[in-house]
Amino acid sequence: MVAPGAVPAGVDAASRLEVARGLLRRMERPARSEGARASPTPGDDGRVLPVAAPLARVLPAGGLRRGSTVAVGAGPGSTSLLFALLSAASASGAWAGVVGRPDLGLLAAAEAGVRLDRLALVPRPGRDLVAVVAALVDGLDLVAVAGHERAGVRAADRQRLAARVRQRGAVLVALGAWPGADLELSCTRAAWQGLVGAGAGRLRARHVQVRVRGRGIAPDGRTAGMQLPGGSGAVEPPADDAVSVPLQAAARAAV
Amino acid sequence: MSAPRGSASPASASLTSGSEPVSGERPVRVLALWSPDWPVTAAARAEGVPSHRPAAVVVANRVLACSATARAQGVRRGLRRREAQARCPELAVLGRDPERDARLFEPVVVAVEELAPGVEVVRPGLVALPARGPAGFFGGELAAAERLVDQVAARTGVECQIGVADGLFAAVLAARRGVSVEAGATRAFLAPMGVEELDREPEVDRSELVGLLRRLGLRSLGAFGSLEAADVASRFGADAVLAHRLARGLDPRPPVRRHPPEELAVELELDPPVDRVDAAAFAARGLAESLHRVLAGHGLSCTRLGVAATTASGEELLRVWRCAEPLTPAGTVDRVRWQLDAWLTRGGSGAVVRLRLTPEETVTAGALQLGLWGEVGVGDERAGRALVRAQALRGPAGVGTAVLTGGRDPAERVRLVPWGDARGTLDGISDDRAGPLVPAPGPPVVDGVAGGPQDPVPDLPEDDPADALADVLADALEDGPDRDLDGYPAARCLAGGPGSSGPGSSGSAPGGSPDGSARDGSARDGSGVEGSARDGRGAAPGAGEAGGREGGAWEPRRERPEISRDGSGPRRGGRGAGRSGRPGGSGRGRSREPGPGIAPALSPSGPPRRNARRGTRRTRPVRSARPALLAPPPVWPGRLPAPSPATVPVDPPAVDLLDAAGDPVGLREIDLLAGVPVRVRVADGPSGEVVAWAGPWPVQQRWWVPGAAGSTRLQVVLDDGTALLLTATRGRWWLTGVYD
Repeated sequence: MVAPGAVPAGVDAASRLEVARGLLRRMERPARSEGARASPTPGDDGRVLPVAAPLARVLPAGGLRRGSTVAVGAGPGSTSLLFALLSAASASGAWAGVVGRPDLGLLAAAEAGVRLDRLALVPRPGRDLVAVVAALVDGLDLVAVAGHERAGVRAADRQRLAARVRQRGAVLVALGAWPGADLELSCTRAAWQGLVGAGAGRLRARHVQVRVRGRGIAPDGRTAGMQLPGGSGAVEPPADDAVSVPLQAAARAAV
Repeated sequence: MSAPRGSASPASASLTSGSEPVSGERPVRVLALWSPDWPVTAAARAEGVPSHRPAAVVVANRVLACSATARAQGVRRGLRRREAQARCPELAVLGRDPERDARLFEPVVVAVEELAPGVEVVRPGLVALPARGPAGFFGGELAAAERLVDQVAARTGVECQIGVADGLFAAVLAARRGVSVEAGATRAFLAPMGVEELDREPEVDRSELVGLLRRLGLRSLGAFGSLEAADVASRFGADAVLAHRLARGLDPRPPVRRHPPEELAVELELDPPVDRVDAAAFAARGLAESLHRVLAGHGLSCTRLGVAATTASGEELLRVWRCAEPLTPAGTVDRVRWQLDAWLTRGGSGAVVRLRLTPEETVTAGALQLGLWGEVGVGDERAGRALVRAQALRGPAGVGTAVLTGGRDPAERVRLVPWGDARGTLDGISDDRAGPLVPAPGPPVVDGVAGGPQDPVPDLPEDDPADALADVLADALEDGPDRDLDGYPAARCLAGGPGSSGPGSSGSAPGGSPDGSARDGSARDGSGVEGSARDGRGAAPGAGEAGGREGGAWEPRRERPEISRDGSGPRRGGRGAGRSGRPGGSGRGRSREPGPGIAPALSPSGPPRRNARRGTRRTRPVRSARPALLAPPPVWPGRLPAPSPATVPVDPPAVDLLDAAGDPVGLREIDLLAGVPVRVRVADGPSGEVVAWAGPWPVQQRWWVPGAAGSTRLQVVLDDGTALLLTATRGRWWLTGVYD
């Protein structure tokens, strides 16, 4: 846990406002959790689904807390980030499902370490998206949903799903915006390695900064660099800068 | 030869003689209805050959059956086709189709069944039924036979003959002759007939026995039947015992009645109509239980369940549930409830008035024993129920899991299997045998075995950055002062050389060096090919760049021979030779790799010196650890190595690849870009400036098929960090993957 006050000096007013809001939220939370404790939620008992090591360092519980909702921001790296979130849990025997992604690169999922025999796919949920997700949340440990913005999932549906996820102790991963999510993950500063320039080389790894925001984290979020995917397709700790930096620089220079 | 029990009746063919029974064991009276030459009749009907025209069914150039008109002109069973046609020039030669025979015979059976129950179809063209019922009903066997012949002729237009006798065998023989053998006279009826009558059934071949009996002088059924049963059994075998019983007029077995198919479906009228899920579920429970009672009564279990409902508006809803495991009553109730839930909550179809469960597929109950250590854990069962629930919403094919199969493109290496179906892969390889997921950096072992997941090699010390860095630095020091990892002549972009320079220098695999398949190819050729020195040089930049982290640095060199074999090779080799943009003698080129003079030393006879140190370390565990008997996983040369694109469009959109002037960049050769790509434009997709690119790599698939179109891959990194996999085929670029 990063101390809430550990904001570097000299930040602008907006950041300071954000910090203040975060402090307020943190102070409010004990009161709210008191209320939540009155009605015991089976999912929120501290059980955590494991995630790959580089991600575990940035997630507040060291993994995906059961009963929580995670939003993975759209953009380059989002699907790889989803696989990275699924991989460790899937390898440890958890069941995962992906709803609404007909174009999922399942080979990449397998390379990332997701067990395909424990990965259920509902590529085209159509108008039953909420019902399908609700059905899967009943039985699977991790359910990823995509296309909910396009399908017009309302705020009430989101709350209903989140409540169900909490009650069942599953984890809902939303690809795209999901207001009210406990955690928001996004990839920034994606840089591919392996293209030596002008046609040489091949894509080998991508260095990204994964940014995590949400409950249990300082308001400005946490950021960690990692290879997503690494050379084998799985998430890996960042490569040695001595090797990777010249490659990128050269790639730019070559073009 | 002692006479059997009873007296050997006088060998008379009279239908009225010999009224004494053979013994206490007396077969039932059987009425046989026989349509002569049924294969010909059926074939002629199917082909529209008029009945007066001679026709014959010919199999393997021999006449199998012929019509009466053909027989009258001398056509016989067993004649060669040409001879039959010579005897009867207008003969219609027809093909044999047992299924058609059976299909066309079904109306005859139905017509018979209308008058007499318990019909047993012996084969198409011949039915048998107990004679007692029709004979009693119609007032005599003759009257019954008359009615049946009339009925069949009137309903189907098929001529038939009827015989009545004790036992099926005699009845069939009687039907061929159109006679009725009185009860107890069967033995006398059979006695004068030749033993070859035993060999009339098409399914049973008794020609050997018949021949033997004739050689023994037992030419009639009576003579054969007068043998002692024990003597027959001890001398001629089991089938002869059966034939002996037939010859004595005994029945080998009573006729098995043809029962109408058992109705296993259960149905429930819902009155008042049900429009609420809980009420429907309550109804479903009782229905499911009665279904399981019916099934259990037959010793069956259901593996496919059809749930059908009729709504108040008259709409028929049907969904078939497929189950990998037998349905328990609870499972059935669940499925019915979920299905009703799905139908009712969807709305629009109104209340359900009738519910019907049909076991679409049943297996014997015993066959559905679960494993002792149930593979189905609690969590798995929970997940299974959730997925089945989702199937209720989206249909059985709407929920699935993926199975890895062989293939070259990311899209074709994955197959979706509906949930509940077996996850077996197409060619019988299990998941982990579908080839190495992560291409293992290959050791220079030429053993023809591609690295698999079981390969201990992937965990290599080159993960150690320090080690890798040390290697790179050492190489740089050895090879030249200006060696750098990226200082690769960019001038070659137009020469297409880059494609061959990287680790993707295999003709088909970008970065195929770590791919086990490439190693396999090299193994096939023994890898000792002249010219690999040059190839080695061409591949070496990849080595320089990859050597730090991957062990496959020397692989491109080794796989080169394989390329020259699979069709894309010559082109690639020729390009490598004619690569003008890459001055082989330039200081830069030489600095990257040992010069041409050193190259032979690097030829595949031994791993490059630079890697020798680690190579030996790596080679040993592979040779010892891999079981010798393990068959290599299927090899797909040209497979895209990891990492694979995380998004694989279902319908690859067309891509505009533009150069600086805004003109489309095409392919001058299959592996040669016509320009420098600068911008990528995809309709409704990622677009932007090209920051870096790699390729093009030609993919040769099915090159042995004339006219098979090849394709070419290109990897492109855009300015926003998106990487794309483009494939050129059918004259333009397509977006086949997004490294999302």
